[in-house]
Order: sequence, then C-alpha cells, then structure tokens
Amino acid sequence: MSHHVVEARNLRHVYADGTVALDGVSFRITHGESVGIIGANGAGKSTLLQHLNGHLSATDGEVRIGDIPVVKGTLREIRRSVGMVFQDADDQLFMPTVRDDVAFGPRNLGIPPHDVETCVADALEQVGAAHLCDRPPYRLSGGEKKRVAIATVLSMTPDILVMDEPTSGLDPHARRQLIAILKNFQHTKIIASHDLDMILEVCSRIVILSDGSVMADGEPGHIFNNSELLAECRLEMPLSMQGCPICSRPA
Amino acid sequence: MPSIAAAVLEIKQLDELARCDSPIHRLDARAKVLVAIIFCGTVMSFGTHDLSALLPFFIFPAVMIARSNLPPLFILKKMAFLCPFVFIVALFNPALDRTIVVHLGSVGISGGWMSFFSIVVRFFLTAGTALVLVGVTGFVAICQALEQMGVPQVFAAQLLFLYRYIFVLAEEGKRMSSARELRAYGSAGLGIASFSPMIGYLLLRTWSRAERIHMAMRARGFDGAFQAPATSHFGKAEMMHLIGWTMLFAFMRAENMSRLLGTLILGSLS
Repeated sequence: MSHHVVEARNLRHVYADGTVALDGVSFRITHGESVGIIGANGAGKSTLLQHLNGHLSATDGEVRIGDIPVVKGTLREIRRSVGMVFQDADDQLFMPTVRDDVAFGPRNLGIPPHDVETCVADALEQVGAAHLCDRPPYRLSGGEKKRVAIATVLSMTPDILVMDEPTSGLDPHARRQLIAILKNFQHTKIIASHDLDMILEVCSRIVILSDGSVMADGEPGHIFNNSELLAECRLEMPLSMQGCPICSRPA
Repeated sequence: MPSIAAAVLEIKQLDELARCDSPIHRLDARAKVLVAIIFCGTVMSFGTHDLSALLPFFIFPAVMIARSNLPPLFILKKMAFLCPFVFIVALFNPALDRTIVVHLGSVGISGGWMSFFSIVVRFFLTAGTALVLVGVTGFVAICQALEQMGVPQVFAAQLLFLYRYIFVLAEEGKRMSSARELRAYGSAGLGIASFSPMIGYLLLRTWSRAERIHMAMRARGFDGAFQAPATSHFGKAEMMHLIGWTMLFAFMRAENMSRLLGTLILGSLS
C-alpha cells in the first residue's frame, strides 16, 4: 500500500446553490508524480483540491489516498498524508512566530516536543527560511510568507503536496526561488495554477479541467502544443513556448 | 475606519513584545493570569464613589511595565484609542446623579462626576492591566494558561479564535474602507447609503476568510485543542509573584492608601 497514490473516481460535487463544480472527474496520480491542474476560472480546480484532503465531501464518486477513501472517519490520517498549501499564505499563518506556526501541525499530530523542534528546523531549512523562525509571520514579505506556508505543511512530513496557486502574487525572483524549491521536492505534487510556465517547468503531467470535467490528461509537451484544445478550455500556450513578441523568432 | 483598523492591527505588536526577555516575561503564564484576574476583581469590587481608594492600584501596571521593559507610551496610546468608548459609557452619570458628595475646597463634586471618574479610572486600570498581560505573556500563552487552570478547552479555543478573527475583520475592513474612500470623491460617496451594505459585505467577507483560515488549521490536524509544549512551570518565583501581589491588593482593598498616605503626610507636617 502506498499513501502516495491519489485516485479520483467519477468525482462529482454540487454546491448548495445547485452549481455543478465537478462532474465525473477521474484520474490516478502515482508515487512521485508532479501533476499540474489547469483550467479557466470556475473550471473546478479549487473544488477538486478541497476534495483531496476532505474539506469537501463528494456528492457522488470518491477520492482515495492510497487504499484509504477520503471520508469523515479517515480525515486525520488523510490530512497527515496530504499537505495542503493554500493560495493566500495569510490564511495559513496565524501563530505569533514562524516557529510556532511551523510547529502547529506536528504538535497536533502528537509528535514529542524534541522531535517537533527537529521537524520545524528541517522544514524551514528545505524552503530556505531557517533565518525567519523567530519572526512574526505578518511581518514577512509575500515570497517569505509563501515559503513559510509551505514549511508549515512540510513539517508534517506529508506524502503528497497539494498547492493552490503557489506562485500567485510573487515577484519574479521569489517565483524563481519557489520553482527551484518545488523542483527539489521528491513528494507527489499536485499543483493548481494559472502560471502555465511554472507548470511547464515543475510538472511532468497535466490535467485540464473545464466546466468541472477532465478535458485532457497527459504530458505537458503534448497538451501545450494543442492550440485548439487550449483555446476551447480558455487557456493558451505558456509564454516560454510562444515565439518572441518583438522579433517573432519561434521559441 | 482605516484608523480604527490600523489601531486594532497595531495590537499585534503586543505579541511581539511578549517575546522579549525580563523577569516578568519569564514567569509562568498562569501566575500572571491569576494575578491579573485578582487585580481586576479587586478593582471592580469598589463602590461607584470610591475614587481615591482606586488610585494606589496604578502601582501594579506601573511596576509590571517597569520590570518588563514594555514601552509605556505604546500601552498608553492603545488605551487612549479605547477612551471614547469609555467616555460614552460614563457620559450620562454626571447628568443623572447631581447630589454633591465631596467638597474640594469650595467646589462641590456630584456623585455623578465621582462615578464618571471612577469608571474612567477603573477602565485605565483593568484595560491597562489586560494590555500589559498580553505584552508580557502573549495571547496564545494566556489561552493555554486558562486551559491549564481548568477553563474548558472550548472556551479557551474560542477566545483564541476571537483574537485571531478580530484582526481578520480589521484587515478586511481596512481594505474595503480604503477602496470606498478612493472612489468616494470627497464626501459624496461616504454616506450611510454606501456604509450599510459595506458592513453587511464586510461580515460576509470576514466569514468567508475565517472559513478559509479554519480550513487551513484543520488541514494541519487542528481538532479544537491548541497543543503547546510546557515551557515553564509554576515554581517559587511564580508563588512569590502571586502571594506578594495578592497580599498588596488585599491590603489596598481593606485600607484606603490615598487617605492613609494623606493622613501620614499631614500628621508629619503638623
């Protein structure tokens, strides 16, 4: 059994107002894969991510992490296994110091205090934020907050990392730093984003969602060269694959 | 609204001050919380006209500020921000109770004015102590101390959420208010017509943000209890802090120190 496998089977989600956010989504993500979930606004990306660690319950179908179905009774184990990084780092950081924030998850897991310290140090080290450990989170820059938010999840040593728009709001340097960090992770990664260039760099597989359904699932090179498919899903080729806008030289 | 929101957000700095090091900071949170509760209880137990007996109680926040190296101006500024609310509470007392109860030379002071000042002094004492307590302990540690002292976990968690969400509300309010003012073009768009829906929308936005924060906490294994390592214990220093201050409060409650001091000074002069 591997906790690194994520499987959605005919997943359907209908919100209370009748909006069908997911309509029969199925995929299987295996150990170590790095998968980008892309799609237009309202395609169902965030809803899908919220199903992966049980924030939302399926109207129909199911999600499994390894052999465990994501249901109310398994949430503790699921959340230990699936680390979720939210789009707005401010939603994730609420303790007085970075150290306390990164320690929040391990303490909830009942890890002994000495080991919590090690988890915190390791997690901050992985994202290059060890020097920030005594700072209050609300005093950090956007890039620092994002890295610390990732550390808060890494400290729980998850098998799977789920990230919602990890590069949104970052300056080019902070974005580049974050991409380097993400590329180094050996976890199974599921990243929802509109930053198609980042997806192209970090992910080895892409799932396109449109109106709550999977429109395509495959390699980035194959999908990003299908202009018709991208246009149909209100997407476009990553900038790095497009020709130079000044001299028209092909990429 | 931005100034109110900014003032609320500045309170976060108290948590930063709580990470400083001083003999008071090093005390176990339970001792500090207990002493603060006893202090507030004692202050509130005085009658509405007992103004002079309250004044010596300022020694407690003053000593705490001095021994913990908290910036007194910062604390005073935070209290000044709350002053209008207290004045509104006490405003009608002078009008309702006009009976002269004290004479200062030839000037008669009514019971209403005495109770007005009594409310203001009590506010400065209790609010000042609360701010100092957060500044030397940190809000999270206070909630943990309450839980250790037997306060139900649900209550301690609610208190912590309240503290967290006040800032969420202030941040959202600040953003919305700035957006409104930038498009108000003078006072044209600042009336009640735009204010009322803004308040409703602020509640919904805050609600939505609070849900996301809660979601993020649940994702990290939060199940209603704040887990924290036991970093200090209730030892000799804590016991001395508790007993020393409690005895002083009891003495100041039994004896009017201001009157006692006045009698002593007048006695030595005559």
